[in-house]
Amino acid sequence: MSNDIFVVTECLDGKVSDISYEMVGKAKELAAASGGQAVAVMLGSDMAEQAGTFASDATIYVDDPALAHFNPEAYGKVVEALAAARSPRLTMFGSTSMGMDMAAWLSVKAERPLIAYVNSLSAEGDELVATSQVYAGKMAAECVPEGESAIVTVLAGAFSVEAGQGGMAVEQIAAPVPLDGLKTRFVEMIMPAAGDIDITAQEKLVAVGRGIGSEDNVELAEELAEALDAAVAASRPITDAGWLPKTRQVGKSGLAVKPKLYLMLGISGAPEHLEGMKDSSLIIAINTDENAPIFDVAHYGTTEDLFDVAEAMLELLE
Amino acid sequence: MDAGLDKVDAIFEKETAIIDGVDISGPWNRMFKERVIWEYTPELIDKVADLPGGESFAWCYQCAKCIPVCPVDMVGNYGPRKLYRMAQTGTDLHKSEELWLCTTCANCLRVCKKVVDMVQIMPAVREQAVLDGNVPEELQKAFEDTAKFGNPLGQGQRKRAAWTKKSDVPVPIMKKHGQPVDVLWYVGSYPSYHPRGIDAALAAARIFNALGIDFGILGPEEKDDGDTQRLAGESGLFEMLAEHNIAMFNKYEWNTLVVTGPHELNAFKKEYPKLGFDRSALHYTQFLVQHLDQLKPMLKHEIKATVTFHDPCYLGRHHGEYDAPRELLRAIPGLELVEMGRCRENGYCCGGGGGGMWLDSFTQNHTTMRLSERRVLEAVAYGAEILAVCCPFEVSRFEDAAKSTGNDQLKVLDILELLDQSMRG
Amino acid sequence: MNIVVAIKHIPSLADELEVNDEGTNLDYDMVDFVLNEFDEQAIEQAVLVKEASGGAVTVVGVDVIEELDGVLHTALAKGADKAVKIVGDLEPGIDSHTHARWLADAIKEMDADIILTGVQAADDLDGQIGPMLAAHLDMPYLGVVTGVEVAHRVATLYKEYAGGMMGKYAVSLPLVVGVQAATKPPRYAPISKIRQIAKTAVIEEIEVDDDGPGAAVMLRKMSPPVSTGHANMLPGDAEAVAEKIIAIIKERGLL
Repeated sequence: MSNDIFVVTECLDGKVSDISYEMVGKAKELAAASGGQAVAVMLGSDMAEQAGTFASDATIYVDDPALAHFNPEAYGKVVEALAAARSPRLTMFGSTSMGMDMAAWLSVKAERPLIAYVNSLSAEGDELVATSQVYAGKMAAECVPEGESAIVTVLAGAFSVEAGQGGMAVEQIAAPVPLDGLKTRFVEMIMPAAGDIDITAQEKLVAVGRGIGSEDNVELAEELAEALDAAVAASRPITDAGWLPKTRQVGKSGLAVKPKLYLMLGISGAPEHLEGMKDSSLIIAINTDENAPIFDVAHYGTTEDLFDVAEAMLELLE
Repeated sequence: MDAGLDKVDAIFEKETAIIDGVDISGPWNRMFKERVIWEYTPELIDKVADLPGGESFAWCYQCAKCIPVCPVDMVGNYGPRKLYRMAQTGTDLHKSEELWLCTTCANCLRVCKKVVDMVQIMPAVREQAVLDGNVPEELQKAFEDTAKFGNPLGQGQRKRAAWTKKSDVPVPIMKKHGQPVDVLWYVGSYPSYHPRGIDAALAAARIFNALGIDFGILGPEEKDDGDTQRLAGESGLFEMLAEHNIAMFNKYEWNTLVVTGPHELNAFKKEYPKLGFDRSALHYTQFLVQHLDQLKPMLKHEIKATVTFHDPCYLGRHHGEYDAPRELLRAIPGLELVEMGRCRENGYCCGGGGGGMWLDSFTQNHTTMRLSERRVLEAVAYGAEILAVCCPFEVSRFEDAAKSTGNDQLKVLDILELLDQSMRG
Repeated sequence: MNIVVAIKHIPSLADELEVNDEGTNLDYDMVDFVLNEFDEQAIEQAVLVKEASGGAVTVVGVDVIEELDGVLHTALAKGADKAVKIVGDLEPGIDSHTHARWLADAIKEMDADIILTGVQAADDLDGQIGPMLAAHLDMPYLGVVTGVEVAHRVATLYKEYAGGMMGKYAVSLPLVVGVQAATKPPRYAPISKIRQIAKTAVIEEIEVDDDGPGAAVMLRKMSPPVSTGHANMLPGDAEAVAEKIIAIIKERGLL
């Protein structure tokens, strides 16, 4: 077993996801403490350039046409082979659409413990301590993996992006396992429908969540947004219900936004949503549940009824 | 077939006509073919009437007395006679959106000579629609939440007594109380969870304490009564909840069951007995009116306001109680009670009954305004400053309606809140 | 086509969660258990696949607190054909690794063509069961899927990525799918129907009794997350709050 830490990085549509840098930064810190290396692992095809953007101690770039697009079957095999060959003490994945497909699979295949939804990692002597945000962030579970080697999936936004950005020599290799005969085939990437406003480019957003209750009430949010010269964004349940287009969804499977004002109506603040908006400059949350996790992130909050507050604001603004 | 042509063709004359040996040949024997007076088929009426509970649908003779008293017709185009006619002319009520508009307020039944009973017909047909998977989305969510959490608001079952923590007087929970009580107070879902409902529950707790009532609540052992879900077509859900609540009622010793809401009153008095519950229940207005002599001297503070009272359908028409709430209101010093045109037996409906509580967006596509908005306009027209209610469905409905119609000055208060205000100042 | 749905019965988040006296796990006596919401989506997706392409749906879950029957009856009422529960002398708090191992053992006997499961569950401390099932069954896995179509022994899957991007994949059967959302919202199963089914349905039982490998994770401490900061709560009624919010926005030069 080595003292190295593997970071399985990810690219989406040719762009390295922030979570990759966040993990690399953390891995460096942990590796430095334990006398190992932080090794960024990138899989792809013609992506050597992207592979050179990490501040890791070493970067392995596996280049193969079969890795051009994320394919859990191919990616899983490659990561499994690399991990078997180099025996990292810790393998980090993003708690993302890609990372979640691989981490638990590898955990069973390689018989290594896995801790999911991690937002805090530290070394206590030889022990690795990870905090998992289970129960949709309602509980923090402090865990120690048994054995010498472990896997974690890391929540986006837990660590600093900057600490992981840099430039390092890249060790480019061919796929360590044959990638023919795959049962999984990537067909195409479907891009979000254009035409709607781009919420990532907005200075001010009024975001609505489950608390808005019904489709009719979205109108109130729209009125308020108009009065504030803002755009309307939403949490997943709202776009899932079709009350607003998917292009308005903030969070894990939606967009990450950093507006100057993020006014939230009836959003409790599941980790998936927080991931997409916590860096907003001014967050004001209106939610009747005083224990809602959003109040740990928001700058200002109120438990007054959102309709009363929104209507009162509208009147004042008129 | 073109009915007009058919009629002309059908005129015929026999050249010779001998009947019982008498020759009646001639133009006077002009006859018509059997004329089809059913230009429609009765199957869709039978489809409703064949259901247990749906029988009376077929008794309609289209006098249309029900239409002017139908609260939905007042803001739209509705009523039993219209539904009957629609069925005659090809609308399958089972699949029609019209199925979900009736609030089972029973005002039509009051005037119907043929006793066509929508309160029976609606749940019968809706049950079939629910089984077929034809349920409006909003209503389905209320069903799902009730099935999962024991209340249509989708709040946690163990949080059901959380409101008592806000109470400045004791609210004994039966499980911990460990002794019999005189009054078992069934709080209900909205008073347990809805912020404005909680206001009424807190007021009730203070009033009961002031009167020295020996009472307790079921708290986390209480689930929604389920009656409105039954009327909206989910009889299985109703039975499940009823079985639970009956078991809880039977688990403890008490003398009187008091409910906050008229829908619960209906459940426990009319429906639970069918499942073996053999005790009666009182609406809180009926209960408090029994303590009026004791209560009156405690109502020290004047409420100087013009107040009108909205008769809940399920307290008034369904259970014949019109006086108890009014007596309580009249006991409050300073308060001037005015009656709206549509009151008592002809009281208007807030739109929340029969599932309407969970169909607001759906209903909006079929009405020019919400029933609650129509009612608020009436209250304002009669000069009311306060609209007094005693059904937990109504506070939020009317408050929203007051805002949406630009009548923010109209306060909507439960009688419990008014009594409490008068007691405490 | 044999369609299998693997489900998890997990603590409900509708109530406040409480930790045990030792502070090392949930106080399971104080929680209700519900079907993982993503599994509800998986069941719906399974029934949709069956309706579109034929086959039979089997739902299988671990009966952690001996209250799984209701969940299985509901699945049957929604269109599943068979229900299986894994039983034994079980205590709540069974980790995902153990769940996956038991479920995989059960599914091995089912000759499954496609296995659907929720993409994640709120109690997945040691990871999601979908990829684990795939590893045990030696099948490919694709998760965060919002649409499944099956034709000619190939599943066409739509996988969600960040930013509203969606990857289209074709995977030959058999495979495991982690369902994020079904193509349509889950249908409603009327309680009347569920109660009817409860009277007649036979739920197959599979006994487990083992000390096989689990998560291999030691849970040292569980507690509600310590908030790093808390919102400055605005005092007063709705109007006062509204005024204050507007003042704050103006102060920042955003109005």
